[in-house]
Amino acid sequence: MFERISLRRRLVNQLMLGLLFAGAILAAVPFFFISWYVLQKGLGALSVEFFTQTPVGPGQQGGGMANAIVGSSIMLTLASLLGIPWGMAAGIYLSEYGRGKTAQTLRFAVDLLTSVPSIVVGIFIYGVIVIHFGFSAYAGGAALAVIMIPIVARSTEEILKLTPQHIREAGLGLGLPRWRVILRIVLPGSRAALLTGVMLALARVAGETAPLLFTALGNQFFSHSLSEPTSSLPVQIYNFAKSGYPDMEAMAWGGALVLVLFVFIINLVTRALMGMRWN
Amino acid sequence: MELIAVKNLSAWFGEFQALKNISLVAERHEVVALIGPSGCGKSTFVRCLNRLHEEVPGGHLQGEVWLDGQNIYAPGVDPVNVRRGVGMVFQKPNPFPGMSIFENVSVGLRLAGISKRAVLAEKVEQALRQAVLWDEVKDVLKRPGTSLSGGQQQRLCIARALAVEPPVILMDEPTSALDPISTAKIEELIQELKERVTVVIVTHNMQQAARISDRTAFFLLGELVEYGKTDQVFTQPQDERTERYITGRFG
Ligand SMILES: Nc1ncnc2c1ncn2[C@@H]1O[C@H](COP(=O)(O)OP(=O)(O)OP(=O)(O)O)[C@@H](O)[C@H]1O
Ligand SMILES: [Mg+2]
Repeated sequence: MFERISLRRRLVNQLMLGLLFAGAILAAVPFFFISWYVLQKGLGALSVEFFTQTPVGPGQQGGGMANAIVGSSIMLTLASLLGIPWGMAAGIYLSEYGRGKTAQTLRFAVDLLTSVPSIVVGIFIYGVIVIHFGFSAYAGGAALAVIMIPIVARSTEEILKLTPQHIREAGLGLGLPRWRVILRIVLPGSRAALLTGVMLALARVAGETAPLLFTALGNQFFSHSLSEPTSSLPVQIYNFAKSGYPDMEAMAWGGALVLVLFVFIINLVTRALMGMRWN
Repeated sequence: MELIAVKNLSAWFGEFQALKNISLVAERHEVVALIGPSGCGKSTFVRCLNRLHEEVPGGHLQGEVWLDGQNIYAPGVDPVNVRRGVGMVFQKPNPFPGMSIFENVSVGLRLAGISKRAVLAEKVEQALRQAVLWDEVKDVLKRPGTSLSGGQQQRLCIARALAVEPPVILMDEPTSALDPISTAKIEELIQELKERVTVVIVTHNMQQAARISDRTAFFLLGELVEYGKTDQVFTQPQDERTERYITGRFG
């Protein structure tokens, strides 16, 4: 016969389990709180005008954040066009060719870049681009791209390293040159995971405010070209939220809701992709 | 002239020497069986015949390997070209992830410049039939190659290597994961292939080596202990260690 577990052990067990559970609950509470709060405050501001019109002055009725939504989309697109290929190229190099000291140093530099505060990235782009060419969507996109590159690079590298060596050898053994093995076999084999990495990088920069303040500045209207100051959701939210006018604050909540929804949707799509079996 | 001539081949993994001064020749249309205890260097040896050994971190070698009159380790030789002429079936099945059964077999053909759908379909079918897999997969060619069972994956890899019809085929324990019927069919296939190609096959199965090969090489601890006509190696081995191994009295 086995001895019964002592009462004390059972109590300690229960207590510890309870503490861990409480920790998990507490960790998730801010999420539910934020979602509920943003939803409650922001839902009222959403209307057709919100998505189709530019902002109006304080005290006036109507108006929307269409320019900010368009501006954000443009800058996220620019950042993706620059940051995704660049980051993936870096990741591919580090994973497939990166042996030795140089690669080690590069890897370390990329890691450090990941942890550079985004406001510093903003100042950097301000210094090298904005000073010469003025505030623009280009500058904003560049700042977001600089934040995306190391994230995409590292996730690409980690994902490619998951492809076992014997799969690469199968390709090499068939007489495929190394670059074709990477392009035709390694990358397609991990496309779901790669896409996930890219989406998460996009979600991460979608809400960035600080780097856009110094680069795209903001705009009360639609921009006529990419080389003009450009509005973005985070900056617009920031400006409206601190304006002191209740109408504008309400708009800011609407913007916050749209932003949160956007990021949620990216995460959900990503999860769906991860769950999907491509292999 | 011999199709394969290995001269004083030594291979290392970093400091560890896995092959010690191996020399052997094989004629066209021969099947060469490599036997020997686990870890003796059989896989390493076949991987030197298509320049895959150098892809392992720390892998390097010395010596010469002549294929069809050309030293594949001569300076300036592109390993990619060498590998196109040498098919390989690996010890572990390694179908390409994210590719369908059809694509797995056709990828080498596409690489060789064949793009006509009908030609591809025909060659894929032929290769899959040769590898005794066709009947099992003919209705599910679009399914991922990785969704097959281990033995089916191994046959898929055999088909992949056969599809491009290379003049030399290296097979590293191709039947170790197969049932007796598939094994028998693969052995039959190797006999047929002999008409056109030279096959180097690693096997732990003595009967298989005796059945299908013309020459047998016995490896031990990185050395080539004995190499000769298969009947001779199995009936009158020159080396006592060979005799002990093939009669199962090794240890
Ligand atoms: N990647 C590697 N790095 C270091 N040593 C290795 C590596 N691969 C193989 N070896 C060593 O080289 C020797 C020969 O290995 P090899 O794989 O050629 O043996 P094998 O004869 O094919 O054995 P098996 O019958 O088990 O497949 C072994 O001692 C092994 O430990
Ligand atoms: Mg082996």
